[in-house]
Amino acid sequence: MNDVSKAVIAVDGAKVSFGAVKALDGVTLRVMPGECVGLVGHNGAGKSTIVSVINGGLTPHAGTVAGDGEQLERYGINAARARGVRCVFQELSLCPNLSIVENTRIMHRDLGGFGWRTRAAKIIATSLDTVFPGHGIDTSQTVGDLSIAERQMVEIAMAFSNAGTAPRLVILDEPTSSLDASLARQMLDHVRRFIAAGGSVIFISHILHEILETSDRIVVMKDGRVVAERQAQDFDHHGLVEAMGSVAKEDAGQHSSGGPSTAPVVLSHKTAGLPFTARAGEIIGLAGLAGHGQTELLLALHATHSGNWLPERDPRVTFVAGDRRLNGVFELWSILRNFSIASLGDLSRRGLILADEEEAKGADWKRRIEIRTPDMDNRILSLSGGNQQKVLFARALSTRAPIVLMDDPMRGVDVGTKQEVYTIIRDEAARGRTFIWYSTEMDEVRLCDRVYVFREGRIMAELAGDAVNEKNIIAASFEGVAA
Amino acid sequence: MSPVLRLFGKPWIWSWLAAFVVWFLTVTVSLGGGTLGLSQAALTFAAFSIIVGIGQMFVITLGPGNIDLSVPATMTLAGTVALKLMNVENGMILPGVLVAIVIGLVVGLCNYSLIKALRIPPIIATLSVSFIVQSAAIWTNRGLRIKPPSLLADFTTSNTFGIPNVAIVALLISIFAWFLLEKTIYGRWISAIGQSMPAARMAGIPVDGTRLVTYLFCAVLASVAGYLLACFSGGAALNMGSEYLLMSIAVVVIGGTAVAGGDSNVPGIWGASLFMFLVVSMLNTYGLGAGIRLIMTGLIIISVIMLAGGRRAGMR
Amino acid sequence: MTFRLSSDTMRLAIPALSLTLLLAAVFWLQPRAMSYVGLNLLFNLAVPIALATIAQMLVMAVNDLDLSMGTFVSFVACVTATFLRDAPVIGILILAGAIASYAAIGVVIHLRSLPSIVVTLGMSFVWGGLAVLLLPAPGGQSPDWVRWLMTVKPPLAPMAIVASVIIAVVAHLVVMRSSLGVLIRGVGGNQRSVERAGWSIVAARAAAYGLAGFFAVLAGVALVGLTTSADANIALRYTLLSIAGVILGGGEFIGGRVSPIGAVIGALTLTLAGSFLSFLRISPDWQIGAQGAILIIVLALRLMLNRLEKREKRR
Repeated sequence: MNDVSKAVIAVDGAKVSFGAVKALDGVTLRVMPGECVGLVGHNGAGKSTIVSVINGGLTPHAGTVAGDGEQLERYGINAARARGVRCVFQELSLCPNLSIVENTRIMHRDLGGFGWRTRAAKIIATSLDTVFPGHGIDTSQTVGDLSIAERQMVEIAMAFSNAGTAPRLVILDEPTSSLDASLARQMLDHVRRFIAAGGSVIFISHILHEILETSDRIVVMKDGRVVAERQAQDFDHHGLVEAMGSVAKEDAGQHSSGGPSTAPVVLSHKTAGLPFTARAGEIIGLAGLAGHGQTELLLALHATHSGNWLPERDPRVTFVAGDRRLNGVFELWSILRNFSIASLGDLSRRGLILADEEEAKGADWKRRIEIRTPDMDNRILSLSGGNQQKVLFARALSTRAPIVLMDDPMRGVDVGTKQEVYTIIRDEAARGRTFIWYSTEMDEVRLCDRVYVFREGRIMAELAGDAVNEKNIIAASFEGVAA
Repeated sequence: MSPVLRLFGKPWIWSWLAAFVVWFLTVTVSLGGGTLGLSQAALTFAAFSIIVGIGQMFVITLGPGNIDLSVPATMTLAGTVALKLMNVENGMILPGVLVAIVIGLVVGLCNYSLIKALRIPPIIATLSVSFIVQSAAIWTNRGLRIKPPSLLADFTTSNTFGIPNVAIVALLISIFAWFLLEKTIYGRWISAIGQSMPAARMAGIPVDGTRLVTYLFCAVLASVAGYLLACFSGGAALNMGSEYLLMSIAVVVIGGTAVAGGDSNVPGIWGASLFMFLVVSMLNTYGLGAGIRLIMTGLIIISVIMLAGGRRAGMR
Repeated sequence: MTFRLSSDTMRLAIPALSLTLLLAAVFWLQPRAMSYVGLNLLFNLAVPIALATIAQMLVMAVNDLDLSMGTFVSFVACVTATFLRDAPVIGILILAGAIASYAAIGVVIHLRSLPSIVVTLGMSFVWGGLAVLLLPAPGGQSPDWVRWLMTVKPPLAPMAIVASVIIAVVAHLVVMRSSLGVLIRGVGGNQRSVERAGWSIVAARAAAYGLAGFFAVLAGVALVGLTTSADANIALRYTLLSIAGVILGGGEFIGGRVSPIGAVIGALTLTLAGSFLSFLRISPDWQIGAQGAILIIVLALRLMLNRLEKREKRR
């Protein structure tokens, strides 16, 4: 096909799965020279995964990657760089302790030799001047001293800089998130210039009008698949939002309609956007694109309502972790110990652990939420991810805390387990417990009585009752629709 | 799993095996001559590193980066001040113990307040505190060598039923530490913090309180060890603690405690401490000098950590 | 005001300021110290400490810590006072082997992802043992050229000052200006992105450790030049002093934030603290304590400045 032979990078039928989760389910994506491809989708759509495949960080389990018409068998990070593929990541990928010039040296391996400082300074300064004219950044500054916007500018300029291998395909993943309007404008203008000169760009953003006006072609992803692919002029704001949502089922009504709005307020918190309140027995969802401040709110709620110096007999809040490895399981311990750690106060007398009671309680909860293990004394890591997550739920629910904070706990959990846990949550809420639930999955958010939608660290919308639906949530998560 | 196999799964068994092998090799060379004497000497000298090592173990259990470098200075200061206060009078023995414990508490408090207030890693906080404590010890000591009260000197150098008294003290402390570690909430908490501080925090554990208590405990054990050591050796010397800086860390590592934190065991400290002393006497018996002994100690520490590190990586 | 201080300058400002203050206080208390001989006496012992501090700093630049610095410098001192004098070729070979084993330690630590503290703790026993084997009792004699180098009287400034400046400049060139130095600090700052740019992290770590071994060897040689003889415990204090020196000089434990010039200044400050007390007629018992106190004060100052800086930034 003529099409493939010209493409800078062509991914064909790529499949990637992490455990039970299919991150990419047969994605075909081609990027032509002189083209800007906009890539949109809600959480878990597979945007970051396809980016990793293109920049060589991830090898797809099925499917092929081709460049300039030839199949690339051993495609890795270095091969991608040699082909001129550059990437601006969401997280900071510069060394904060080095100066801008020194970071340029790290990024371009073949810059060495006497006088490299002058050369590196020239390369990065040229690039900064081209992308952000009048930027006012001194290239001898340490990256850690820069403001977040300046770091982002340097990172973008680094991707467009040329030290031998010219950039041909630049992937921009939420590049404007910390730039103000005029800087974002400069960057978008540069993208157009780069395209006009024959370069290619993959552009990911939650600000829809940027996507619409900068891209030539827009690819909409959902659940690891490409669900729509059209020329940019064939889309408008509402069309995009609709394409990102589910095509058929809008089976709302799962959430208890007309929530208990008269119940007493158990928690309120001032945030940068709308105020946050929670009532007894409510299930409250925190929605929006991942990383827009939901976890921070949960951590703040936990920090203000739990002590760090003295043990507490009656904890107010308890926490179910999403990142199990980082702040969830204790890897060296048995299932039983992992389960009981949060409720030891109730299982002890004068600091002494009552082993019998601990065991009895463990056995009780093992039955209640069906942890599939022959022996609660087995190590926690002997369990599957889903069952580990159940243990974490049991840990939180077995405390007497009236408020349960959940930090996207269902990431990578199989469907059966999810349904079981949903039932438990609804039962516990009916008994008067409050759940504050950050979730990146639309099905879960729809289970909530009330939902706060986050964007850029603020609460942008509060949805309740029937207003909790996919369309409203996506509309509030992306900028430029609400008006 | 058969009981024997399960025994070999314990992390502390290796240090015990090593200690026994070395003991056996020494005894065979001396043809059983000084078996009792050797065992008693081993128990006596090991007792001090056991007491210090248990404290260091609790701190290391708190996770990567946690270590108490003020141990030797605390030992010296506690020994010096207590002997000075007791001034060879048997009636002052109890106040002497109390003042040693208070010194431990103060040092521990300084350590953790610096860690917390200046937000510096424990290693640098305990290092700065140890400089000051060391100076305080030099200043109180002034080169005088005050003898311990006679009762105390007798107690620390004699045996009960053939077992050295200091070893009995170490045993009591070990049982207490084992009890804390295995049976109490506190033990669970430090193990949880050592495995993952954020996870411990999110599980509702009072992390700062627990860490403070642990640093206090370590410093108090160091001062008790210093007190006993000063009485045992007939007076406090300025360099009496210096050997115990590396020793306290070494017995923890050799004893099978996870250096990455979260997993510790008391029996291993005993095996490692006995081993460390017995290696010295074995090499002496074979006519080898201190140099070889040090090199062997170092190689053993490195091989232990490489084996342990490998095991951990294999689990992942 | 558009004038802005970079964080690197700030990092240097506090140590430089504390050294100046301390030096001013010493001169005020004892004007006679303000002479060629006086300065030489004040800073004489700083040269080996400064070199050991640079060595420790290189290890800290890759987020590790070396607890074997003191015994290693002692070992080198013993080699210098015996082999390097009697059989220079063998002596040089031994020292080269020592540097190579330092690089090897770095490789092992990286490949098996071991805690550097424990591995170097083990190595400290090994170096100590080797030193005892070489010199069971204090003795040996420094090679004449080393002795000459350490006691030579250059015009204008005493040797201690000249040497410190040379050390600072060389270390600055290697660590702050060269590609290798950038790579080493990059590993400390953001290992992942350095890896993503296609560099070998093992090689970088090996280089950092090897360089550290080299500077530590120089420290041992310089020490013997000053003391004329060696013993196995001669430099045990250097482990803690070198860590303190790096911190005093504005270095940090993690994040690859180090400063060679600061490290030399830190070493000078630590050396001066002792003399300062003796001029104050405070008992020398408190010399070590004063070093600890300076460390705490400087760390507190730094914390305060960091807070101020953050508040400025937010504004």
